[in-house]
Amino acid sequence: MAEILKRNKALSVNPLKASQPMGAALAFLGINRAIPMLHGSQGCSAFGKVFFVRHFREPIPLQTTAMDQVSTVMNADENVIEGLRAVAEKSRPALIGLPTTGLSETQGTDIRRLVKQFYAQYPEYAHIPVVPVNTPDFSGCLESGYALAVKAIIDALVPESNPLPNPLPLAGEGANVKNNVGRRKKQVNVLAGSFLTPGDIEHVVELIEAFGLRPMVLPDIAGSLDGHLSDMETSPLTLGGTSVPEIYSMDDSAATLVLGNSMHDAADLLQTRTAVPDYRFDALMGLDAVDAFVAALSRISGKPVPEKIERQRAQLQDAMVDSHFMLGFARVAIAADPDLLCGFSRLVTEMGCEVVTAVAPARANILAGVTAKQVIIGDLEDLEIAAKQHGAQLVISNSHAVETARRLGIPLLRAGFPQYDLLGGYQRLWVGYKGSRQTLFDLANMMVEHGHHEIAPYVSVYRRVKGEGGRDATSAAGQNHIARPGVSEEANAVSPKQWDRNHETSAAGQNH
Amino acid sequence: MQARDIAELLNEPACTHNTKSKSGCARPKPGATAGGCSFDGAQIALLPIADVAHIVHGSIACAGSSWDNRGTRSSGPALYRTGMTTDLTEQDIIMGRGEKRLFHAIKQAVDSYSPAAVFVYNTCVPALIGDDVSAVCKAASDQCGVPVVPVDCAGFYGTKNLGNRIAGEAMFKYVVGTGEPLPVPVEAQRPGITVHDVNLIGEYNIAGEFWHVLPLFDELGLRILCTLSGDARFGDVQTMHRAQANMVVCAKALLNVARKLQTDYRIPFFEGSFYGVTDTSMAFRDFARLLGDASLTERTEAMIAREEAKINLALDPWREKLRGKRVLLYTGGVKSWSIVSALQDLGLIVVATGTNKSTEEDKARIREIMGDNTRMITDGSPKALLGAVKEYQADILIAGGRNMYTALKAKVPFLDINQEREFGYEGYDGMIELARQLALTLQSPVWQSVRKPAPWAQSSVPGVELGAEPCR
Repeated sequence: MAEILKRNKALSVNPLKASQPMGAALAFLGINRAIPMLHGSQGCSAFGKVFFVRHFREPIPLQTTAMDQVSTVMNADENVIEGLRAVAEKSRPALIGLPTTGLSETQGTDIRRLVKQFYAQYPEYAHIPVVPVNTPDFSGCLESGYALAVKAIIDALVPESNPLPNPLPLAGEGANVKNNVGRRKKQVNVLAGSFLTPGDIEHVVELIEAFGLRPMVLPDIAGSLDGHLSDMETSPLTLGGTSVPEIYSMDDSAATLVLGNSMHDAADLLQTRTAVPDYRFDALMGLDAVDAFVAALSRISGKPVPEKIERQRAQLQDAMVDSHFMLGFARVAIAADPDLLCGFSRLVTEMGCEVVTAVAPARANILAGVTAKQVIIGDLEDLEIAAKQHGAQLVISNSHAVETARRLGIPLLRAGFPQYDLLGGYQRLWVGYKGSRQTLFDLANMMVEHGHHEIAPYVSVYRRVKGEGGRDATSAAGQNHIARPGVSEEANAVSPKQWDRNHETSAAGQNH
Repeated sequence: MQARDIAELLNEPACTHNTKSKSGCARPKPGATAGGCSFDGAQIALLPIADVAHIVHGSIACAGSSWDNRGTRSSGPALYRTGMTTDLTEQDIIMGRGEKRLFHAIKQAVDSYSPAAVFVYNTCVPALIGDDVSAVCKAASDQCGVPVVPVDCAGFYGTKNLGNRIAGEAMFKYVVGTGEPLPVPVEAQRPGITVHDVNLIGEYNIAGEFWHVLPLFDELGLRILCTLSGDARFGDVQTMHRAQANMVVCAKALLNVARKLQTDYRIPFFEGSFYGVTDTSMAFRDFARLLGDASLTERTEAMIAREEAKINLALDPWREKLRGKRVLLYTGGVKSWSIVSALQDLGLIVVATGTNKSTEEDKARIREIMGDNTRMITDGSPKALLGAVKEYQADILIAGGRNMYTALKAKVPFLDINQEREFGYEGYDGMIELARQLALTLQSPVWQSVRKPAPWAQSSVPGVELGAEPCR
């Protein structure tokens, strides 16, 4: 079990954390014809919009209740009502997400009452579900805000049904006393955690469909944020994503697949509401994790694993064999939201890497399961210091870590939020046998490109050729002495220069 | 910040429209508002000061979503790119520990990064719970021996524009006049050239574009004490009061700094731009005019003649490619007119320009440059913008980054003109880059590819899509 180190400094330097309202907005962006409206000052939404636009390279629908000084001091209730009315009237959305922010939470808003008041005042919009969720940015992180929003969506839309086991096959009349589990025999609910990219969700859907099942993904950012040109030139709402009427039918499903530990609270609520049996998975990276997922699909569908998937599994196994030469003993530093951090830590540990530094922006239950000695609750400065101290050889984190990795002199694999410098990060496939295989190739290639250091030429003291400088024999010999095997790696690894030597040390160890 | 302080900031005597109702007083409409807040504006205005530790005091959303996302460049220190925030937690807020955390945060920043100064940006939550940020800054400054400047810019105070002014006000109140410029180095003195000290206010050095122009200042013997704030140092800002002339480059919003330098230190200023050949030359002429140095005027004219001849030659092949293309410009404030002259220099036709964030003065300039019948667009919603593109038969939309995907989704060529862009367009040399980027998108073969229907779906499209028309 990893030891969790609490934040111990006043200043967060090079923040890793993206805020809860951002996470909540992201979840709402996975609903078809939806729009999130943050209850806060207009900057909360403006920054959030830029954040997502740069990551997804897509137009992002995001509104604000635009709290100004007067409404902040006096009362911003009218902003919420007025904002909901404006959005409902102008865009006729299928759903409005209403996350709060640090500002409105500090002020002390009662967001649920305001939604009721809105319906009372404007009954003509009663058919538009408004989903309020409390997501102050002074606690949690993107992942927790996303999870809270998913839970809020279930709370607002999934009908309550009898939690007792169904006495009759197929519920029909008198549904009040029976639940609806399995009324749609092939439908499975998927609660998709924030660590999944649109590319990941597409693949998860393919896997599920390969078993003849019909996935109902909540929220489905693959439908809305996968980056596709369409004939619709502009829309004030999301184009694609989970359809709202489908959410009402989640109680009819045969099973629920819960992807990500952060989704557990939402899953618990869904379970209580619907009695649909659920299967929970932490991450879908690496052989073991994907095996568990595929086995569950086989059990739910009652079908054998299709040959195509068997083949993908065999391909991953082959990649593991091929890449272990480069990845064995590799020292990895990871900074990401908890689910993603845990998933990567297990994937690389499965390959024989050592996670020497793990940093998460906020606490979560899953952190104890990270395969590292310690998990630091902190920022990218913490990552940088610890990675340097432990002689990390590669970094896995978001685009903000580009400078960090450059200063450390080691390569960066970009994952998580935000990724704005290179293209395609938002769409990248990480999960499944397929995604895991590509990740292993990429990590191994980074080690090939950056990890290998040629031995510096050495010129004997006895050899003197005019005009040709050589390394001084005495100092070179002195340097070689430090690189003796058996010296504790951690004690030795301080600067990137010294790290070269450590690399040789561990490579030598591997040969033994 | 008190309501009366905000009202005072909204009162800007140097603006000709000052007697009209204040734009800052128009309350933003819930559910129908775009654009940043005061914190956004203040941070943009000051963040380029490179050797300062910029600490955002607040919960994570303010810094977490915004750090390290501007295109401004520094020729030296890179501390400004290090994101810093007190990342307030629920406990800090409930127990009132925000001030304490801020104090230690400042100390930590000074200890770890030895900044020339610390700027503290106050945000909504600490402003609401009443953290006394300026008192903490004073105490921390006394303790650490480094200037600590409070910038009280909570988002709910108002718009981005107000935030710019708050930033300017903070600089004027706490920094300007606290240092003296060093003497001009002997080896930099040239016979016959009197060195004049000047400031540029509102120049952000996006993508390093000011480096296109800076060598010309050196050539003419104009020493720039401070560019507020692109590639600036804290020490530069301290000496701004010693300049002999100021140029307000972009963003009317920092006009308050220029005005106060004029009233308090008698430094004359003018407004100009480095976008386009005409405006760049005009800027140098204005400097010569304000400084009243006959030799400088003579050398300036010679330099302009030389540079214009050179650049016109280099631009000719690009003008061939761009002539007659129709542009829809949608951007804020000063850029709504400053970039027009650059586009006209290249032979493009600006069919309409956005004036949502422009002041009355900006609008007057637009009329001056583009004629009285200029169409001005105030509605910046994606739908309205695309409608305007269609209505005015524009070949390209030039706007800020956030509108980029609006255009691309509608299969309309696009040029990013805002702070996040990666290319520099200022000065004579910047025109080449601007022309290249324009031609690159206008002539790209991808537009044809994405506009044509799939081979099996040719006849079934009802109506005419905007993108279905071939590029003019």
